[in-house]
Amino acid sequence: MSDVIAKGEVEKVRERTARPWLSPLNQRRWQNFKANRRGYWSLWIFLVLFVLSLFAEFIANDKPIIASYKGEILFPVLVDYPEEKFGGFLAVTDYRDPIISEEIEANGWLIWPPIRYSYRTVNNDIPESAPAKPSWLYDAETRCGRYFDGAADPACTVGNWNWLGTDDQARDVLARIIYGFRISVLFGLVLTLASAVIGVSAGAVQGYFGGWTDLIFQRVIEIWSSIPVLYLILIIAAVLPPGFFILLGIMLLFSWVAFVGVVRAEFLRARNFEYVNAARALGVSNGTIMFRHLLPNAMVATLTFLPFILNGSITTLTSLDFLGFGLPPGSASLGELLRQGQRNLNAPWLGITGFLTLSIMLSLLIFIGEAVRDAFDPRKTFK
Amino acid sequence: MSDTPLLSVRDLSVAFTQGGAQNLAVDHVSFDIARGETVALVGESGSGKSVTALSVLKLLPYPAASHPSGEILFHGENLLAGGEKDLRKVRGNKITMIFQEPMTSLNPLHTIEQQIGEILKIHRGMGDKQARARTLELLHEVGIQQPERRLGAYPHQLSGGQRQRVMIAMSLANEPELLIADEPTTALDVTVQAQILELLDELKKKNGMSMLFITHDLGIVRRIADKVCVMTKGRIVEAGLTSEIFENPQHEYTRHLLAAEPKGTAPKANPDAETVMTGDDIKVWFPIKQGFFRNTVDYVKAVDGIDVVVKAGQTLGVVGESGSGKTTLGLALSRMISSEGRIMLGQKEIDGYSFKQMRPLRREMQIVFQDPFGSLSPRMSVSEIIEEGLKIHEPNLSVDERDAMVVDVLGEVGLDPATRFRYPHEFSGGQRQRIAIARAMVLKPRFVMLDEPTSALDMSVQAQVVDLLRDLQKKHDLAYLFISHDLKVVRALSNHVIVMRNGKVVEQGSTEQIFENPQTDYTKALIAAAFDIATAPAGVVSQ
Repeated sequence: MSDVIAKGEVEKVRERTARPWLSPLNQRRWQNFKANRRGYWSLWIFLVLFVLSLFAEFIANDKPIIASYKGEILFPVLVDYPEEKFGGFLAVTDYRDPIISEEIEANGWLIWPPIRYSYRTVNNDIPESAPAKPSWLYDAETRCGRYFDGAADPACTVGNWNWLGTDDQARDVLARIIYGFRISVLFGLVLTLASAVIGVSAGAVQGYFGGWTDLIFQRVIEIWSSIPVLYLILIIAAVLPPGFFILLGIMLLFSWVAFVGVVRAEFLRARNFEYVNAARALGVSNGTIMFRHLLPNAMVATLTFLPFILNGSITTLTSLDFLGFGLPPGSASLGELLRQGQRNLNAPWLGITGFLTLSIMLSLLIFIGEAVRDAFDPRKTFK
Repeated sequence: MSDTPLLSVRDLSVAFTQGGAQNLAVDHVSFDIARGETVALVGESGSGKSVTALSVLKLLPYPAASHPSGEILFHGENLLAGGEKDLRKVRGNKITMIFQEPMTSLNPLHTIEQQIGEILKIHRGMGDKQARARTLELLHEVGIQQPERRLGAYPHQLSGGQRQRVMIAMSLANEPELLIADEPTTALDVTVQAQILELLDELKKKNGMSMLFITHDLGIVRRIADKVCVMTKGRIVEAGLTSEIFENPQHEYTRHLLAAEPKGTAPKANPDAETVMTGDDIKVWFPIKQGFFRNTVDYVKAVDGIDVVVKAGQTLGVVGESGSGKTTLGLALSRMISSEGRIMLGQKEIDGYSFKQMRPLRREMQIVFQDPFGSLSPRMSVSEIIEEGLKIHEPNLSVDERDAMVVDVLGEVGLDPATRFRYPHEFSGGQRQRIAIARAMVLKPRFVMLDEPTSALDMSVQAQVVDLLRDLQKKHDLAYLFISHDLKVVRALSNHVIVMRNGKVVEQGSTEQIFENPQTDYTKALIAAAFDIATAPAGVVSQ
């Protein structure tokens, strides 16, 4: 071991060694995460699906992405142009109206998204009464039977197909699941993150200070968590119009409790660790000790819970929609699709699509969660 | 003694496979143990001595561990080739083992009677009554006082020494031919250590057992072993009769170990030095509450009226057995726990300060803790650990200035500053303690409380840490409060010594006075245990 180093030496040493950008601990975690092939691939598949669904308006919409009309470039996806612009009289242009689209085609061009339906677009030209089968189950004649010129009509294109059929209000199922996936995942993520922040803070405070704080908080939580959530939501739904944020708020009131137990236990255990005492002896404040020294201990337990809470939130939203107490009528929701499947047993594509979408989404999230948990487990060894 | 040895380890190697890489922990080791003989395996942590002992009973984590070569012959039978079923007949029956940590090697949910009785029932097929009688006999044999009353006790109700006695009783239950003792006294006080060693020696002679004794402490070896094998880096570098090795060590490493005891004395105390820390009549009483309304019925007097004066550049040693209140005294002086009595830091009276008021003063009074594995956060790099205090007490420093100070202090405690972005688990115990010292020193404190900073370390490392502490004291004119149960270390560092027992001062004076001419039996017993590993008459020290 070297002796006391000279002052000039200090600079040399500092030049030789630099702070690595990712700590070895996190590097090891990333390696462990990658070692779980199923979780790693699930992450990529999920990320691709999620990012695509974030741009749902550009994939499935009843408005063209870009149009050129009389020399002017228009972005109907982003801007609502009044129909007057194209010689009509409605406040908002219906681009699916053959008169409008022919008018635009005659004076320029337009680029449609791959699917020409939004989640609430009613397809007036389905070949039989709604719910209609997926378009590829019909031959060309039947499929385009309702168009003005039949199979020769310009509207008879792949873009107007209902790839997964329509529901009983003649809305495109594929467009609805793209939007429904997005709203489910966003709802789950926001709810999980918000409840993690509240739950971890509450657990941290209880575990760190212990004593009376802990005792009183614990009793409050016991009373709080014995309130039946579902009934409460039903009652509130009768008073307030249910929307994304109202549902989020109500569910957040109760979902944070799940984190308190594990985090509190971890803080109770770790608050007397010697390195915590050492930090106190350095004069570190309580808040910093909790954040810097104790929280990393509790994060492993929290991360183990996260994927299950996330899946639980998505399932709860879906079941509320299924019962009709969820998002407002007309919203894209997977629960509503399932309900349609249950009501229209003669249209199996509704139920099957809803089931597959949900199960694939939940499985992907669980696989990712498993891999994350493995990555953070310090005792896990990989061959 | 017969011609064939009881246990014969031949050319044993142990390899651990992790992440595709093979790591040879034990490298072609051979030794014999004859009937009735004690063989000691000596070496520092990581030398492979425990792994060697564990392979005798095949207790290693297979298949991560493997034996590329060698055989272990017990009564001429190769244990390494034996199946799990054959081994179970040997384990706990003919060969038994006692471990370092008596708290964790006993099941906390079983009473003493259940723990010992279980072995008797499994291996001997005894009934409840028979087992109970034999358990009592064993407890008596290992020197547990009032064994009838201890039968229903749970491990947490016993002291460390008593727990180790219970462990020994368990291992003796089946009258083994070989007892493997893996650092059985490292976690114990010096006085208790002397008692346990004497007990083991006695029992060995009485039952005619052989013993394989693993330790890092050469003092113990000299006291107990017939033969010694010195191990380092997985190899036995020297083996022979104990007397020969101590008289005439051949290998350089053995000589290094023998020379490694903490040496030297504290520099001469300057009587005019500035007083840094004063405590008057310090009391820490923990209330005992009973009844429905939690009335305070009595107090545990952990520290009961102690006066302390620590001067700049000098060390006050506080010695005593565990439970004597020495750490509590230190924590009270550092204002980490509440106490009664006046505490002065320099000229400031700080005993009335709140935790928040104390915060700016913390940089002047630092603590180095006992366990270098527990006192460093495993999730922070060395640099983050050391600069944490700087961020609080000197928030105006730039990142570069802070980094320069970290590099500086690491050099001062003898660590390579280039390693400062590594994490604590990559360092050995001695290096970790250096990091903990650097964390305290970077704030340039005036008063440092050292809470057994050497007791978790290997003997040879202890000496280095003591030297480092003494150098730092000289350089920065530091005032130390040095808490330890190990009088060897205390003598090497302290100017004054307080001997504590049950929260009270038994004896105090200058270091020469205490060591040359101890007045009380208690102090004499502590000194005898530390330097000669000798036991005191019953009643002077706790069991």
